[in-house]
This record gives sequence, C-alpha cells and structure tokens, in this order.
Amino acid sequence: MPHRDPLDRPGRPGAGPAAAPDTLSRAAAADAGQTGAAQRESVTLTVNGRRETVEVDVRRSLLDLLREQLDLTGSKKGCDHGQCGACTVLVNGRRINACLSLAVMHDGDEVVTVEGLEAIDAQTLAPGGTMGSGAAALGDVPSLHPLQAAFVREDAFQCGYCTPGQLCSGVALLGELAAGEASIVTWERADADGADAVGAAPASDEELRERMSGNLCRCGAYPNILGALRRTLGQIEEGAERADRGPGRDGARGGTG
Amino acid sequence: MRAFTYERAEAAEAAAGRAADPSASFIAGGTNLVDLMKLQVLSPSHLVDVSRLPLDRIEATEEGGLRIGALVTNSALANDERIKATWPLLSRALLSGATAQLRNKATTGGNLLQRTRCYYFYDTTSPCNKREPGSGCGALEGFNRIHAILGASEHCIATHPSDMAVAMVALGAEAETLRPDGRRRRVAVEALHRLPGERPELETVLEPGELIEAVVLPPPPKGRQLYRKVRDRSSYAFALVSVAVALEVEGNAVSSLRLALGGVAHKPWRASRAEAALLGQPATRDSFRAAAEAELAEAVGHGGNDFKLPLARRVIAATLADAAGLTPEAEEGEPV
Repeated sequence: MPHRDPLDRPGRPGAGPAAAPDTLSRAAAADAGQTGAAQRESVTLTVNGRRETVEVDVRRSLLDLLREQLDLTGSKKGCDHGQCGACTVLVNGRRINACLSLAVMHDGDEVVTVEGLEAIDAQTLAPGGTMGSGAAALGDVPSLHPLQAAFVREDAFQCGYCTPGQLCSGVALLGELAAGEASIVTWERADADGADAVGAAPASDEELRERMSGNLCRCGAYPNILGALRRTLGQIEEGAERADRGPGRDGARGGTG
Repeated sequence: MRAFTYERAEAAEAAAGRAADPSASFIAGGTNLVDLMKLQVLSPSHLVDVSRLPLDRIEATEEGGLRIGALVTNSALANDERIKATWPLLSRALLSGATAQLRNKATTGGNLLQRTRCYYFYDTTSPCNKREPGSGCGALEGFNRIHAILGASEHCIATHPSDMAVAMVALGAEAETLRPDGRRRRVAVEALHRLPGERPELETVLEPGELIEAVVLPPPPKGRQLYRKVRDRSSYAFALVSVAVALEVEGNAVSSLRLALGGVAHKPWRASRAEAALLGQPATRDSFRAAAEAELAEAVGHGGNDFKLPLARRVIAATLADAAGLTPEAEEGEPV
C-alpha cells in the first residue's frame, strides 16, 4: 500500500495546470488551495550520490520529497516546524531542517540523508570517506560512519526517532569543528580566557551541547549522544596523530622526531 | 498550506517587479516564511524565489567597511574572518540566535525581515492587529511575558525577534534596496523597522516588491564590542532582553558609545538616550546605571513582562561595565 500523500485532501480533483503567476489573485490562490490544484515543477537533485528527477507540488517540503517520493524514510518528521531537528539532512555539505525548505528550491543541490552517511568523510564531509568506517569495530554491520558506530557503542538513543537527525547534525558538527567555525560558546570561552579573538579550541561538553541544540531527544539520551560525539572526536584526533607520524614511523625510533 | 504559484528569479531587477503585488512574497532561506505558511498565518499567492541571485558575497568597501550580500547565510557571516576580527559584535549576535541548522539557511536579508514570535500572531484563532488589522490584540490582556516595554501601542505590543538586527543597529549598518521601479536606495537598519502605532501590520518602511540586496557595514565603531542575550534557556531561545554595545573609554571617560537593545520593542532599539547620557561621563557603574534608567524612563510593562524593566536596567549596566573592563562588583548592595 503506498504512503498517503500529505498534500492529498478528500475530494481532491487532481493536480491541474498551474495558473499564470501574474493572473493569480489571492482569492484565486485560496480557492486553489481548497481544491488542491497547485503548481507542479520538475526538480533534479542528487540524493546520497544518486541523481533523481522528480515532479513536485511546489508546496512540498524537502522532507516530504525524501520520505514520500524517494522512499527515504530515515529522515523523520517530528515537529515539522524546525524546532526538533528530527528532519536534519545535509544539503551541499551543510546541515539544515528539511521540513522548513521547499523541495522546488533544491534543484541542482546535493543532499545526504542518514541513509547516505556511511559514505561521508568524517572531517571534510566530502562523499567517499577515507577514515575507515566503524564497521570493523562492530563486526556485524556492513558499513557505518564512525559517528553511527559510536552511537551504537555509547547507546546514544532509546526510541531512535530523533537519531537520524542527531546523526546528520553530529556529522555536520564534526565538519564545522574541523573548519574552525565558532559557536557562541566559543566566544564566551574566549572572553573567559581574556583572548582578543575567537580561535579554534578543543570542544568542551558545553560547546558540543550548544552546537547540538537544534536536535531534541524526548527520551533524554543527551549524555550518551555527547559520549558518541566525544568518542568520534577522539578517533579523529588519533587518526590525525597517526597521519602526522607517517607510515612505518612507529618502528623507526631513531628518526629526527 | 494554501496553494501558491512559484517562480525562480534570475535577476534582481526582474524579481523586484514580480513581487510588487502585496499578496506576493520573496522567499530566500524560508526558515520563517515556510513555517508561517504551514500554519496559514501567511498565505502568499505567489512566491518569487530569490535564493539563486548572485547576492552571496561579502566584499570590502572603499570606506573600510563591508558590503554583505543579502543572501549570505547567518553561518557564513558569523564565521567570516573579517567579521570575527573587526565586527565581533555581529558574529556574537548571529551565533546567539537559532540553531546551526537554521543559521545555515537563514539569510542576512531574511533575518532583518523575520516576523514577530508573538504567540497571538501565530495563533490564527486569536485576535491580532498585525495578522488581521482591526481584529484587536490578544497579547495586551493575555500572556505577554515576551512582549515589548518600549515604543509599543494600544494596538500591538509585539517584539522584533532578531539578534542580528540589534547588532546591525549598534554597528550603524545600512540596507541597500532595489525598488520595483528599478531605483535603488539605502536605508539605515535603525530606520528600516517601524514602531507599531496604529498600523502594526506595517513592519518596515520597504514598499511591496522592494528587495534588500545587501547590508553595508561602515568601518567598525571604536572600542570593545559585546553582545549579551538573556533568555529562558541557554540555547535556541529568543531574547527576553539583549544588549549590543561598542564602547570606548579614554582616561576613565566614555569617549565613544553605540548601544542597541533587543527583545524590548517592535524594532531593534537604538538606545540614543543612554548614549547621550554617557558620552563624556565617567565610565563607572553609577553612570552606567543612570544611563540605563534614562533609556527606560518611558518603559512600561503589561503584567507578564513587568520583569523586563529591572532586567533591562541591569543587563544594560552590566554589559556596559563589561565592555569598559570594570572588575566584577562586590557582592554587597544591589546587583547591577
């Protein structure tokens, strides 16, 4: 049985042709809203590396496009008003609320949902991650982004409804930290330290909480979500240190250091 | 959501003309407009998508300022190295607002034009002179914890929710706009928003179809820049009171001051009285308190927001003291 289309209403006569924009009055638009007739447009976008061309009602949110037309139901509809973050996805490498964005405005964009996180590099957010996935640590999961693996390890969820949004948001956060982006906590810390300018600093728990404040968890898994972020940040740091030492250097202690 | 027609603007000139009908609307980030359309608080008949216009650059001006394209996102602006180094007030204010997800979508122009968060504006079953002129104000006799204490009218006590705009006012920024007839003008951000008066539905001085193309920052004001925001929780909440300040002290006297307030009025509030009261005066807690009193001389509460009067007085004085580098006051006596 197909999903119910949220734009469908009882008695909807089907999508009619769009009226010419300049001839459509407010009253006519209201009538059109009541009868369901609405403009439809073709949108081409890349989702998790796959190019998709779909026709959408211009009222459709990016979230509904993903869930209802592309069958990517990982992204969740929580509040549908940008307050809870369950719908968080990456668009052109930045995290956004898919519920507050019209699908028709994403022509040409590159979208990554929770279903595509495994292929994202943990530091650069670029597709085709090279960090090595968390699969080795877990053994039985084909491939996971390190943050996904850390969520499993740290038990960072209970019901799981907010988890796809938490993961997309967390993966974006790792990239923002790597890029040296500031938060208000970064500024407050600079003030407390008497620094003249805001700079890159190790992420405190307060910093991570501030940066995740757009994702609510009704089960209250926050401490373990924080733990998963900490674990992943630790892995990234270890990876960077290994890379600094270079291949084979562990066994060659007589080097210049 | 009501049906609407949609077009993507290819050029600013065409976009301004296409949105001249009062029932049409520009859309850029959409983080506020889409929400209001879902609730049918707003039901534009036509959307002009300006998100692909080439207005996403930040460029240095000859005067030593910056010209910020209207489509620069709140995240990009807050993390621009020039902004962080020279106009930190703006970075601080931007990062005090919303969430990472919203700041990635919200634009500089759209942030200025965001609508109030008054509960009665959002609730289509309540009277609201802003949403439905002539229907009354639900907030006056209702829950008005978040409402205005300065410049309100008997028709509307809503506040402007932006943090960014408060910083822009303190920094003396100007909006560059394009009108439907093709003419361009500059409007000081301080003069962009209106007080509610008898027409609370009119929030800015912009004409229908007038497009903000950029916001221009003049060279930075002298002295230390700070933004302090007081809210009900520590992240992702609108300001109860916020204070944007740029303060310079020379020889223990205030030599330069720009001060603006958020969360207290229908527009970002330039605290001109406090500025005038302090210029040339000793940079002491007493004079900061007196300046705050002067600014709030005509402030009135409406019951639920009475607490904002002492709160604003204290936050203004404390932020000025921080900007002046005064050491924390002893515990005794009235806290600032």
